[in-house]
Amino acid sequence: MHASAARVVAPTTLILLLLSGCPPSAQQPSRPIDDRQVHEVAADLRCVVCQNLSVADSPSEMAAQMRAIVRERLAAGETPAQVRQYFVERYGDWILLAPPRRGFTLVVWVAPLVAVLVGLGVFTLLVRRWTSRQRTAPPPVDPAMSERIRRELEREP
Amino acid sequence: MTRRAWRWLLPLTAVPVLTLLAYGFRLNPRDVPSPLVGRPAAAFALTSFDGAPMTLEALRGKVVVLNFWASWCYPACYEEAPVLERGWRSYRDRGVVVLGVDIQDKDDAGRKFIRDFSLTFPNAPDPSGKVSVDYGVYGVPETFFIDRRGRIRVKHVSAVTEQVFRDTVETLLAEPGPDG
Repeated sequence: MHASAARVVAPTTLILLLLSGCPPSAQQPSRPIDDRQVHEVAADLRCVVCQNLSVADSPSEMAAQMRAIVRERLAAGETPAQVRQYFVERYGDWILLAPPRRGFTLVVWVAPLVAVLVGLGVFTLLVRRWTSRQRTAPPPVDPAMSERIRRELEREP
Repeated sequence: MTRRAWRWLLPLTAVPVLTLLAYGFRLNPRDVPSPLVGRPAAAFALTSFDGAPMTLEALRGKVVVLNFWASWCYPACYEEAPVLERGWRSYRDRGVVVLGVDIQDKDDAGRKFIRDFSLTFPNAPDPSGKVSVDYGVYGVPETFFIDRRGRIRVKHVSAVTEQVFRDTVETLLAEPGPDG
């Protein structure tokens, strides 16, 4: 019974180890990391040698090295937030493609909302003014003037 | 609100936007302040082009000039290479060490650069890019001046000039070491 169980377990373990890409002699415990997890973190990081490209999208060597570092740190058990923090500690908030929603950079997030609200306010005020002007009664017509207009229109060929 | 007020108020709303733009366009986009200045320099263990170990730990108590370069970085790296070599030769006896880290480069091209400029200070490649990221490097050349207590004191972006080298190193040499 034990022998047959061992016969099943051994190949299964081997297959699992091969699939995980983790050699049995690995020094530190590491978990398999798929490309999606690496992409998730790398997409938030600015490629330092590019113009407006994320580490996930850049074909540069530096970005490839940074992706390898992201993968390695995730495999070592760090959370995506910890990996992001590792880069922020070295490059500052500059490394994040989306500025953090605190401190001075909060302005970047709040300003568009404020602008839209102010715009809506101005628009409402203007619309109200235009419509209220139409609602006021037309000025009384001078009978003499309307008589003159009638006469001039009749004179037209 | 009167019609006259509106005539002034609407163009006035453009003022903060224009002020922000004027401020932004005057800044140098490459001038990104490093959060590492004032903090302890990250330890590293590289192997120099000669095969010798190159670590920061072994240099505690010395002023370290850590330069990140690449053979394709023309002209800045070509301008500063002789400056760094001269600095190394004149200050090595006073407790200053110049270290070069060749990043994003081909091994052959890096070796040729060292030969062409007859560089005698230790130089090592950083094939994984880990040291570059640990120092928050975003281009070449970048130079870090590390004091005798092992803290990054100055980050210099672009080619190091004779004056920058001399002034920074003299300032750091005048400070007490880790024991003093």
